[in-house]
Amino acid sequence: MKKNDMKTIFLKLKNEYLGRGFAMLCGAIIVILTFAIILFLTTKGLNTFFKHGYSIFHFIFSGNWNPEGSGEGLSPQFGTLIFILGSSVVSFLAVLVSAPIGVALAVFMNVISPRLGTKVLQPAMELFVGIPSVVYGWIGVSVLVPFIKLWFGGIGFSLLAGVLVISIMILPTITSIASDAIKTIPKDYIEASYGLGATRWQTIIKVIIPAAKSGILTGIVLGVARAFGEALAVQMVIGNSITFPKGLLGTTSTLTSILTMDMANTIYGTAWNDALWSMALLLLIISFIFILIIRKLGKRGEA
Amino acid sequence: MKRKSLKLMVAALAVAMTAGIFTGCSSKNETGKTGTTPEIKKTELSGSITAAGSTALQPLAELGAKKFADKNPGGTVNVQGGGSGTGLKLVLEGSVEIGNSDIYANEKEGIDAAALKDHKICATGIAAVTNPKVKVESLTKVQLIDIFTGKIKNWKEVGGADIAVTIINRPKSSGTRQTFKKYALDGKEEATGLTQDSSGAVKQAILQTDGAISYLGLAYFADAANKEGLNILKIDGVEANAQNISTDAYKVWAYEHMYTKGEPTGLTKAYLDYMVSDEMKASITKLGYVPIADMKATRE
Repeated sequence: MKKNDMKTIFLKLKNEYLGRGFAMLCGAIIVILTFAIILFLTTKGLNTFFKHGYSIFHFIFSGNWNPEGSGEGLSPQFGTLIFILGSSVVSFLAVLVSAPIGVALAVFMNVISPRLGTKVLQPAMELFVGIPSVVYGWIGVSVLVPFIKLWFGGIGFSLLAGVLVISIMILPTITSIASDAIKTIPKDYIEASYGLGATRWQTIIKVIIPAAKSGILTGIVLGVARAFGEALAVQMVIGNSITFPKGLLGTTSTLTSILTMDMANTIYGTAWNDALWSMALLLLIISFIFILIIRKLGKRGEA
Repeated sequence: MKRKSLKLMVAALAVAMTAGIFTGCSSKNETGKTGTTPEIKKTELSGSITAAGSTALQPLAELGAKKFADKNPGGTVNVQGGGSGTGLKLVLEGSVEIGNSDIYANEKEGIDAAALKDHKICATGIAAVTNPKVKVESLTKVQLIDIFTGKIKNWKEVGGADIAVTIINRPKSSGTRQTFKKYALDGKEEATGLTQDSSGAVKQAILQTDGAISYLGLAYFADAANKEGLNILKIDGVEANAQNISTDAYKVWAYEHMYTKGEPTGLTKAYLDYMVSDEMKASITKLGYVPIADMKATRE
C-alpha cells in the first residue's frame, strides 16, 4: 500500500511537476535576466548625467563628440547627435528600400505564385536570415563599396552602402512577417472580392494589403528595430567618420559602431566609458519604443 | 515516439543547463584561486596565470606563452585580448596577473598607475601608410601634421599626384592612434576622417581609396603579404624599421608594456623574465617588434 503510494507520487512528480518546474524555472530566469540587464544598463547609463554631471540635453542634442577633451584644454564633450542621426537615417532609409520589396515578395509568395513562393522564395529568405552579419559587412566592403565608388563617385564608404547592406538584412524580417499576415486573411474576403468582379491586382491592392496592414506594419517596425541594433555590418561600410553625413555618399557613424569601436579601450568608470553605457541605454530605450509601437499595432489588428 | 523525443530533448536541455551552471561556477572558482595563490606555488612553477589586454601585443604574448609552456610544463599562461584599457583595468582589479598595454598606464584616464609595475617587453613602430597612387615616398613631419590636421587637402601640395587626401583614423580610444598622435602629430588633433578599428580594415580601406593615408603598426607588416599594395612613408627621410627605431632616429614608436599589480612573483615573474630573455629575442624580431635589449635609445 505504502509502496504503491510512493509510486504514484513518484509518477506524478515525474509526469507533472518535473516538467512544470523546469518550465517555470526557465520563465523566472528570463524575467530576472531581463530586469537585471535593464537595471544594470540604467544605473551605468545614468552615470554620465549624475556622476559626471554631463547635461542630458547636450548628450542628445549636441553633435560635439570629443571624449578625450583634447585640443586647447577643452573638457570632454559627449554629444551623440551625429550617431543618433546616423542610426536613424540608416534605419529609415533602409526600411524605405526594403519595405516595398518585402511586401511585394510576400504578396507574390501567397497570392500570385504560392508554388514558387513555398518552393523557392521561402527557403531563399530563410537562408538570408542565416547569413551572419559580418558576412554581409564583408561583402559590403569588398563588393558594394568599390561598386559605389566606381558608379556614384565619392570614396565608396558611405551612408548609401550602409543603407543597402541593412536593407538586405532586414528584408527577410519584413517579408516573413508580412507573409504571415497575408496568410491569416480570411478566404471569404478574397473570394468576395473576386465575386464582385475585381481583378487579382484590384484584390491585392484593395483587399489583401489593407487587411494585412497591421501585420505589415509590425514587420516594418521590427525591421527598423533590427536596423537600429545592427552594429558590425554597418560599421564596416559606413566609414565611421564623426561628421554629419553630407548626402547619401557622405560618411557618418552610428550609435552601435561607436560602441563597438571604443568599448574595449576605455576604462570602466571613466566619463568616456559611462558615455558609451549611456548610448547603450539610449539604444535600449529606442528598442522599447519600437516594442510599444508593435504592441499598439498588434492590438489594433485584433480589434 | 514523438513524446519520447520531446522528453529526450528536455532532458538534454536540463543536463546542458545544469552542466553550464556548474562549469560556470567551477571555472570562476579556479580563476579566483589562481589569483590569490601563485605565491604558495612559486617554487615548482605550476598553476596558471592570465595575461589580458592589448591586441597588438597579443600575438607576441601568445608565442611567448607557448614557448614558456614548453620549457615549464607545470605552468600555464593564458593570453587574452580585449584592448589595452581592459588589460589595465583587469590587472588593477586583480582579475588577471598581467595587463598588456600599448601605452603607459598613467596616460589612461581612470587608472591608478602608482599601483602598477611596468615591465617593458619591446618597442613597436607605427608607420604612416598611403595608397600607392598618391606617388609620395617621404613626408616631413610638418607635412604629415598638415595632412592629418586637414591643412593639406590634396596630394599635389606635397609633390604627389592630383588626388584628394582621405584620412583613415583609428577609433579615438585606440592605443595605436594615441601613439601616432603623440609622436607623429605632436599631439595635434586630427581632422575628421574615416575610422576603421583594426589593421586589416585599415589596409582594405587604404587599398580601396585612392588618396588614403593612415597608420599601421610595424608588427602588422611582419607578414609580408600584408605589405602588398601599400606605400609605407618615410618621415623626414627616415624609414620605419627596427634599426631606426632602436636608435630613436624614427620617432614614431612606443613601448609594449606588461603591467603587474605590485612586484611580480612566482610564475608571473618567470614568464615576464622569459619574455625579455635572449631566447625570445629572435621571435620578437620576427614578429616585427624591437626587443627591449636592442633598444639603444630610451624614453620616459
